[in-house]
Amino acid sequence: MAEISLDQVENRVDITDVVCPVTFVKAKVALEELDPGDLIAVHMNDGEPVQNVPRSIKEEGHQILKLVDNQDGTYDLIVRKGEEE
Amino acid sequence: MAVDYAALKAGGFMRQKQKNTFSLRLRCVGGTVTAEQLAVIKQVADQYGHGYIHLTARQGIEIPFIKLEDIDDVKAALAKGGVEPGVCGPRVRTVTACQGGRCCPSGCIDALDIAEKLDARYFGRELPCKFKFGVTGCINNCLKMEENDFGVKGAYDVSYDEDACIHCGLCAKVCRENAITFEGDTLIFDESKCSHCGRCVKSCPTDAWKGKSAFRVFIGGTFGNHIITGKELTPLIKDEATLMRVADATIDYFATHSKKGERFGKTLERLGTDELQGILEAAAAEA
Ligand code: HEM
Ligand code: SF4
Ligand code: SF4
Ligand code: SF4
Repeated sequence: MAEISLDQVENRVDITDVVCPVTFVKAKVALEELDPGDLIAVHMNDGEPVQNVPRSIKEEGHQILKLVDNQDGTYDLIVRKGEEE
Repeated sequence: MAVDYAALKAGGFMRQKQKNTFSLRLRCVGGTVTAEQLAVIKQVADQYGHGYIHLTARQGIEIPFIKLEDIDDVKAALAKGGVEPGVCGPRVRTVTACQGGRCCPSGCIDALDIAEKLDARYFGRELPCKFKFGVTGCINNCLKMEENDFGVKGAYDVSYDEDACIHCGLCAKVCRENAITFEGDTLIFDESKCSHCGRCVKSCPTDAWKGKSAFRVFIGGTFGNHIITGKELTPLIKDEATLMRVADATIDYFATHSKKGERFGKTLERLGTDELQGILEAAAAEA
C-alpha cells in the first residue's frame, strides 16, 4: 500500500474535546457527512480513545489506513469511509 | 401430610419465613428469559404470588409468596409457557453467562451457547454440595466468573500475519500485557506474555491479527461468607470438546473428593490443587 500522509486528507474531525462515549459518536457523525471512499483524519487523545475508537470505526465498516502518532499525546487516525449499507 | 422440604427444595421451592409459603426459583440459563416465558411468569406472580418477582444475584428469577397448596397448579401453569422450576440444595445450579459474542463487540466466545450446553449436560446433578458454573465472554469479565466453582472466560488463540500488517501500531497500544512491541518496523510478539484477551484482533484495522475462539477455566471459586477466587489450573483450552472433558473431570473429582456440604474451594484448600491439576491436564491433553 502506498504511504499516505496527513496532508493528503481533506476532512478533519477533532474528538480530543469530548469524552467517551461521545468520542465515537462525534467521529461517527463526521463520517456520516462524507461520501463512501472519502478520507478523514480523526484527531484523538492517547489512552481510552485510541484504544477503543479505531475498533468501533472498523466495526462500522470503514477502512483504517493509518494511525499517525503526533508525539504530543494525540493521534490522527486516517479513515476511508466505507460503503453505505 | 408431612411436607417433604428436601424434595421441594430440589424442585426450586425455597421455604419462606412465612408458614407454608415458598419463593419459587425458576430455571434460567445465562440470564435469558423469552417474552413467552415472561408472560406466564407475570400471570403466575399475579395469580399465585404477590404480583412481583425477585431477580436473584445469579441471574435467576424467583416468584415469592407461593402457597403450599398451589404448588402443583403453579407448576402446571408455568409449564404452559415453557418455564421450569430451578433447583436449590447440593446440586448443579443455574449456569450464568454474559451475552458474549452474540451481542457484545468485545466477546471472544458465544457465552450463552456454552452456558446452554453446560446446563444441558449438568443441570440439577446431585453432588456433595452446590456447584456453580459461570461463563464470561472475554477478559472484561462482566460475569465475574472466578466466583464460580467452574468459571469459563472467553479468549482468542491469536496469530499474526506480517503480510497484512500496515504497521499502524494499534495492536501494541491496546495490548495490556506488553506482548507486542516494535523494533523499528518489525512487530515482535512475545507469546509467553500473552493473556489471549484478543484485544489485538479486535483493534487491528487489516485483520493481520487473527483469533480463534478459546477458553480459560478457573476452578473452585465461591463468594458468600468465606471468599475464594477460582484458580486457573489448565493452559488455554482451544476447543469445545476439550472444555467439556475438563468440566467432566472437574465434576467427577468434586463428586469423589468433597465431603458432604463442603464447597469445592474448601476441598481444594484441604487437598491442594496438584492432584486435580494433573487430572485436568491429562483430560485436556486427551484427543
Ligand atoms: C467508543 C466508544 C466507547 C468507549 C471508548 C467506551 C469505553 C468505556 C470504558 C473504558 C469504560 C470503563 C469500563 C470500566 O472501568 O470497567 C466504560 C464504561 C461505561 N460505558 Fe462506555 N465506551 C464507549 C461507548 C459507550 C456507549 C455508546 C455507551 C452508552 C450509550 C457507554 C456506556 C457506558 C457505561 C454506562 C459505562 C459504565 C459501566 C459501569 O459503570 O460499569 N459507553 N466505557
Ligand atoms: S465479559 Fe466481555 S463479552 Fe461479556 S459482556 Fe463483558 S465485555 Fe461483553
Ligand atoms: S491477545 Fe491480548 S495479550 Fe495477547 S497479544 Fe493480543 S492484545 Fe496482547
Ligand atoms: S494493529 Fe494490525 S496493522 Fe496495526 S501494527 Fe498491529 S498487526 Fe499491524
